[in-house]
Amino acid sequence: MLVIRKGRVIDPASKTDAAMDVLIDGERIAALGAEARAADAEIVDATGWIVAPGFIDLHCHLREPGDEASETIETGTRAAACGGFAAVCPMPNTRPVNDNASMTRAIVERAAAAGRVRVWPIGAVSAGSGGEGLAEIAGMKEAGIVAVSDDGHPVATAKLLRQAMEYCRPLGLPVIDHCEEPSLFAGAVMREGLPSTRLGLAGMPAAAESIAVSRDVQIAGLTGGRLHIAHLSSRASLELVREAKKRGWAVTCEVTPHHFTLTDEEVGYDSRYKVNPPLASPEDRDALVDGLADGSVDAIATDHAPHERAKKDVEFDRAAFGMTGFETALGLALERLYHPGRISLIRLVELFTTGPAGVLGIGRRIAPGEAADLTLFSLHHQWTFRSKHSASRSRNTPFDGRSFRGGPVMTIVGGRIVYRR
Amino acid sequence: MLERLRHLLAIEPLSAEQISFLLDQAKPFQQIQRHPLKKLATLRGKSVVLAFFEASTRTRISFGTAAARLGADTMALQAESSSLKKGESLMDTAQTLEAMKPDCIVIRHAASGAAQFVSERVGVPVINAGDGLHEHPTQALLDALTIRDRRGSLDGLAITILGDILHSRVARSNIHLLSKFGAAITLCGPAMWLPAELERLAPGVRRSFRVEEALEGAEVVMALRVQQERLNEPALPPDEYVRLYQLTEARLSGARPGALVLHPGPMIRGFEIEPAVADGAQSCVLEQVTNGLAVRMALLFLLIGGAGGPEDLAHAGD
Repeated sequence: MLVIRKGRVIDPASKTDAAMDVLIDGERIAALGAEARAADAEIVDATGWIVAPGFIDLHCHLREPGDEASETIETGTRAAACGGFAAVCPMPNTRPVNDNASMTRAIVERAAAAGRVRVWPIGAVSAGSGGEGLAEIAGMKEAGIVAVSDDGHPVATAKLLRQAMEYCRPLGLPVIDHCEEPSLFAGAVMREGLPSTRLGLAGMPAAAESIAVSRDVQIAGLTGGRLHIAHLSSRASLELVREAKKRGWAVTCEVTPHHFTLTDEEVGYDSRYKVNPPLASPEDRDALVDGLADGSVDAIATDHAPHERAKKDVEFDRAAFGMTGFETALGLALERLYHPGRISLIRLVELFTTGPAGVLGIGRRIAPGEAADLTLFSLHHQWTFRSKHSASRSRNTPFDGRSFRGGPVMTIVGGRIVYRR
Repeated sequence: MLERLRHLLAIEPLSAEQISFLLDQAKPFQQIQRHPLKKLATLRGKSVVLAFFEASTRTRISFGTAAARLGADTMALQAESSSLKKGESLMDTAQTLEAMKPDCIVIRHAASGAAQFVSERVGVPVINAGDGLHEHPTQALLDALTIRDRRGSLDGLAITILGDILHSRVARSNIHLLSKFGAAITLCGPAMWLPAELERLAPGVRRSFRVEEALEGAEVVMALRVQQERLNEPALPPDEYVRLYQLTEARLSGARPGALVLHPGPMIRGFEIEPAVADGAQSCVLEQVTNGLAVRMALLFLLIGGAGGPEDLAHAGD
């Protein structure tokens, strides 16, 4: 038995915002209330802390199998726990690609043995994410995938996307797409704009993303399937998602902390800023913040993309895309969204919990009988992120040395404390 | 001021004063080019690595000659034979070069930012001899020296740059340099190579898509080399370029009388420039080459720090 005492419970599903105790019995929540206590329970004094449902990260890369020099399921989930995440969804672009039931099973088993938090794999849309035939989606669903995606690349053709969305509809799986028109992207290493012109780096116009989003939402309209836009990065894309939602199509989207924080003006030749989709213009970055505030964006997802040093310590043109993100996500959300008053506390929690859960078609709440997955965080403690102390195996983040106000203090998964500050 | 300049990576971060100082420093080295005996002993015992990861003849020879005339030894690394082809990273190559204990590294590389990358990882001065589409600072310095010599000053110049501006590091360095002296800079070329962002690169920049209009009132006209491969992504027939943008005698007559014609080379006569213009009285092309030596000698001298002041050097060849 574990009692989380006197925390401020924020539960978006029930619109709860109240100080109360949470009693955990084994893997589940047993009771809630002013005096939900048990005589022999371990006590966690949560005075001054927020008690939220366990955070879910819809988008990450754990690199196992195939690139264990950059990350493993063990190190990645340890970093996730430090970031307050109780469940993470690794993309299938491992080597080999997670495109069949036995691969999914291997990941699930590895996560059960070595994972610090829950691992909910995402399967490939197409075999080998090669953009041709469909992957073994139903088989992977049985083995535990929660969505499909060819992340790293867009679903190759409108026809393939249509088939995947039709096929996935009765399976109850969303299709997650990395939206990018390949011919406009061709060779780009950052967003096209004044900074790319100044630096002489090949840029991708914002339209490379929104053209693909436009294709995708129309396929969502055509099929009635569930479409989720990964790491959305431009105003134009966001407007297409808003329009699709208005029409009642099942379209959702996520935004990463780095896209709502950084812009292309900060890139320089520092490969830690090289991500795909690339960091946007200040105008687009501000539009993303608006979308997070007004409800158009459904979830904050990290796109945690660890890379060993050798893949980043090269010329900007040759550096791998991606930055790590688990440990700084909440700190950045507080800094950029909550502290400046752009969003309420309940909305902040929603973006990390019921928002991503809704994309996956599941619930996420603090109630008796529910799995005891909880994220405890503070709004005020001062701390500085040091990548050299990161639990991740990789160090590729521009947020090294950044100071934050508030962040995760405890992560509980299935009644077990997996991270304590 | 400039003594503290450790590397020369780009023109953009330099001030007009720093640039003027650099050009002043090149003066004595210009005179040396006219002496029968051109070799100095100023950098004797020093060594310069010429790390050319991208094919180059003119710039490589210019730097090599500049180093030789200062008495320095050179170690050359060429694209064809470089270990980069064998998969070695620039990081490892840079460290290997540094381990040879040179006094300066001159680098040309196809990746924008490569010179800065190397400068952050080695303990010796680095000179950027062209990095990707970013900058080619010594080219802009030699262009500025050429213009200043002919015109007396760089202030308030009206210049037109013709060609594929988007993909030109020469254009970027020249835009930054001349803008710092209050130039009115007109960029002209096919519209897809002339994005609107260029107008915000530096003060005083405007775009024009009609060469006749662009040349009106120009005191200096710079024609850029148009890389054939650029014409093919997507395809632009070469004849189209010639028809609309070739620098011809007829078009040049619309510029200010006696306007200077510059070209960074290598030049394709009959393509971006009419042979009569390339070889005409207004052409400064060969002066540019000679001034390139002077500018590069001055830079090597300043960054490596040879014995004796530059004033002594003016007489050293006597």
